Amino acid sequence: MPAGPPLAPPLKIADLAKSVPGGRLLFSNLAFDMAPGEIVAIMGESGVGKSTLLNLIAGLDRADTGRIEIDGVDLSTLDDDARTGLRRDRIGFVFQAFHILPHLTLAQNVALPLILARRPETEALKAAAAMLDQVGLGGRGQDFPAQVSGGEMQRIALARALVHRPALVLADEPTGNLDPQTADVILALLCDQLRGSGAAAVIVTHSERAAAAADRVLTLTAHGLVAHGR
Amino acid sequence: MAARPGSAPPSGLSARLLIWMVLGEWRAQPGRTLAAILAIAVGVGLGLAIHLVNRSALDEFAGAIRSVSGAADLQVQAASSAGFDEGLYPILARLEGVATASPVVELRARTDGGEPLTLMGLDPLRAAAVTPNLLGGGAVGGGEGGVTTAEAVFDLDAITLSPAALQQSGLRVGDQVRLSAAGQSASFRIVGVLEGVSGDRALGVIDIAAAQWRFDQLGRLQRLDLRLSPGVDRSAVERLVQERLPPEAALVTPQSEMRRTESLSRAYRVNLQMLALVALLTGGFLVYSAQSLSVTRRRPQFALLRVLGLPARGMLGQVLIEGVVLGLAGAALGVVLGVALAELALRLLGGDLGGGYFSGGRPPLVFTPLAAAIIFGLGVAIAVLGSLFPALQAERIPAAVALKTGSGESAETAGQPLPWISLGLLAAGGLAALGPPVGGVPLFGYGAIALILAGGVGAMPWLARGLLGPLRRLRAPAPPIALAIARLWGAPRQAAVALCGIVASTSLMVAMAVMVTSFRGSVEDWLIQILPADIYMRLDPGLTLDPEAQARLAAAPEAAAIEFRQSFNLRLSPDRPPVQVSARGQAGAGAGEGLPLVGRQVTPEGLPAWISEPMARLYDLSPGDRLTLPIGPGAQAQVTVAGVWRDYSNQFGALILDQAAYTALTGDAGRAEAAMTLAPGVEPATAIEAFRARLPPSIAPGADFAEPREIRAVALRIFDRSFAVTYALEAIAILVGLAGVATTFSAQTLARRKEFGMLRHVGVRRGQIMQMLATEGALLGAIGALAGLTLGVIMSQVLIHVVNPQSFNWTMETRLPWPLLASLAVALVATSAGAAVLAGRGALADSAVRAVREDW
Repeated sequence: MPAGPPLAPPLKIADLAKSVPGGRLLFSNLAFDMAPGEIVAIMGESGVGKSTLLNLIAGLDRADTGRIEIDGVDLSTLDDDARTGLRRDRIGFVFQAFHILPHLTLAQNVALPLILARRPETEALKAAAAMLDQVGLGGRGQDFPAQVSGGEMQRIALARALVHRPALVLADEPTGNLDPQTADVILALLCDQLRGSGAAAVIVTHSERAAAAADRVLTLTAHGLVAHGR
Repeated sequence: MAARPGSAPPSGLSARLLIWMVLGEWRAQPGRTLAAILAIAVGVGLGLAIHLVNRSALDEFAGAIRSVSGAADLQVQAASSAGFDEGLYPILARLEGVATASPVVELRARTDGGEPLTLMGLDPLRAAAVTPNLLGGGAVGGGEGGVTTAEAVFDLDAITLSPAALQQSGLRVGDQVRLSAAGQSASFRIVGVLEGVSGDRALGVIDIAAAQWRFDQLGRLQRLDLRLSPGVDRSAVERLVQERLPPEAALVTPQSEMRRTESLSRAYRVNLQMLALVALLTGGFLVYSAQSLSVTRRRPQFALLRVLGLPARGMLGQVLIEGVVLGLAGAALGVVLGVALAELALRLLGGDLGGGYFSGGRPPLVFTPLAAAIIFGLGVAIAVLGSLFPALQAERIPAAVALKTGSGESAETAGQPLPWISLGLLAAGGLAALGPPVGGVPLFGYGAIALILAGGVGAMPWLARGLLGPLRRLRAPAPPIALAIARLWGAPRQAAVALCGIVASTSLMVAMAVMVTSFRGSVEDWLIQILPADIYMRLDPGLTLDPEAQARLAAAPEAAAIEFRQSFNLRLSPDRPPVQVSARGQAGAGAGEGLPLVGRQVTPEGLPAWISEPMARLYDLSPGDRLTLPIGPGAQAQVTVAGVWRDYSNQFGALILDQAAYTALTGDAGRAEAAMTLAPGVEPATAIEAFRARLPPSIAPGADFAEPREIRAVALRIFDRSFAVTYALEAIAILVGLAGVATTFSAQTLARRKEFGMLRHVGVRRGQIMQMLATEGALLGAIGALAGLTLGVIMSQVLIHVVNPQSFNWTMETRLPWPLLASLAVALVATSAGAAVLAGRGALADSAVRAVREDW
């Protein structure tokens, strides 16, 4: 069998620096690469810039200097529309506060990325139903968010993050709003789903338990990322 | 920078996602959506209803004009009821290009039962070619169903009546009817019905010879109807006719006649239409409030969609499309409402909506699809405009920040709101107020009001912060009050969103109320000034007192003095309604004495005339100017304007001449009106009895006596009736505004569940939160009332000094309706506080724990 072209790394960061509007430098010389399917946890003190780093990776914010490549695409070469398109097609998101649209059904919430990509509604809802099944909410597609618990909310968020088969998932404190028991279940589900889909993931977290589920743990400091041995 | 090849650029808002989001939002907020739709529907409905009523009335009038003008291409009309010399008839009939000329005697007459009608004398042979519908049909010699015979047409004792004249008088074909006109009376036999005369026009047609002979009109005509030869150059014939006209005759066309009819009520119609637009504009502000709040509440939702890959313009599109759908739904409902309202208004108020311009007809509703489409489009446009700023706000939501903060409460951006744009709009409004009328309509005046309104509403964040500043320095206020002040001061733009609806509707309501109060007050003062005598007498049309009868009346011991007067209408321009000329003044006193004069006066060398304010404006005259009046048979009076007097009785102009000069000019010594000052100690009722006894028996039944207080009461009743629709429209505008206040406050309060939960966690009692909300509501209501009242008084000055003089040609002094303004302010504060508290009870119904944990 002939060998295909080598897969581009889902995320590649080089010489990244970012300061806040007041001029304070958050971090500089930040660099790391991720392998396809790799799960990286980023830890650090509050205010060190973890969420800012996620925003930079998502193309929602601009770095002062440095380079970020997603799936081989240099974000600095893209305008806002193109970054939006890249986010839509190649990135999935999981948030601490779930951010599920309250007036859409569970299936519609999960299908959002596919609908945004203009996939036919029936196809999108079918894929959403399959994802809901995978996260343990099979048959609940027509329910509304008000009818589900916090843990179930995060399952929906997880299904939404993966439904369009992204190359990279960005998760910001995905278990921050959950009790430890539910958090463990969600973490296990997250890792299972990520590995099943082949997507890489950056998980920003304060939780040692969450970090333990990752392949690699990095700590963000003002001088860059420090690797934790595993 | 460009999109990477192979990475599809974001495609904007898909139709499916749009449907999901819009339907989802409306499912979540049905009340607010419905309120916004209703606000637009009310504005569109009122605008369309007023237009349809106006259109129906004007169509009815056009039909009436056609029915009496028939196929006449041109008409020569007398400037006054005295008519013009019939020698003009053969001159015009022989003109090249004139196919037929039909002479007409036209008189205001009254039946012996007192019903007024227009009496026309026609030459049947000529009229058959020009106005055949005035020759009638019906029965001869009693009974019904016959036709008018040729003999009947030429019978000098025969009269044909329109259906309305028959109905009013209660007479039937075959009956005898006695008519009085031009001081004469005669009997006729009703021989037929003028089936071709439409509507409620009371008309009688007799032979022209009978009209001239029996009503003292020998050698005089009031009208000549001309039919032109086919293919003739119309303007050339018009020129030829014009060259041959004496001063007391004017050339009119059916078009100029229609323009004159329209000009009668145009300003009133435009004013009502503007009021309806005010209601629509208030609806637009309500849409703005609803959409702004909705965008603020949905910040995290929009941010999420932005993160998931929807481009910024998708947010803009969604909010704008929501506005379009709100507008479409509201406008569609509004069209249905408008047709129903128009039908109801035509039934209840008639074609002039109580304005008193047209006689009491009930014209059938005429639906005009083009106008409906325009007003429908305006409704949609207002809704979209109301959504535009919220949509731009949605487009600019920073996704990462909004997702992090989570709640819509963080929407307020820091920084001091600046008033410069608003000040610019206010200044532009001030400049626009100086603009002239456009086609008799104060378009710049209305533009000035819109600019002042926009400037005032735009200044609300700045004003709210400015007014709340001193309150922040209060020493140790109760915690709920301190919290309320801190929140309002810290979020002036959110406060402004809640306030804009209140300020818009309040200011417009106040402006109208101040204008109407000023108008009514000025009319009341004017009525006292213009009616100084103890008793006024007026004779029915066609009746006059000759000098002998005047002397007999003046000799009555009950009278200290009697001023006899004569009034008639005089047409000075074919496109304008006639002016009213009055001859008055007692011996030894000028005719201008006792008039409410305004501005400077001159003592002219020639014949003086005092003109009313509307006449001065319409004909661009001022003291010292000279004017030619075609007031009698062959007579032209050169008069000089001696002064201008305030007159609210005639919108189209009035002129007063000295009565001795009038008699000398016209030879008319008859008088139909009198102002009587009683001898000391004489009771008015006794005096009226005595005066009536001294009148000739043929005239006494046609004399009306009234005391000034009765005339004032009737005048003010007419005033109030004519403003009834105005009051109703104002009330609707304020109700829409108050509904906006209630829904806005409810929405803002319900969106703060999380904040209330937090406050309860840190030890704030439920009652204290209610106090905080009541304080916030009352403070906002008070700021809104203060701003609305101030802005309203400013806008009222535009109405009083620009819109009214340009629309109706009269001026007035400002009077403030303090009780109404105070009640309005109290109602606003109470509604705002009440709405906030009621919504607060709903928001506090959840447990504090759940409120804090709630995600959205």
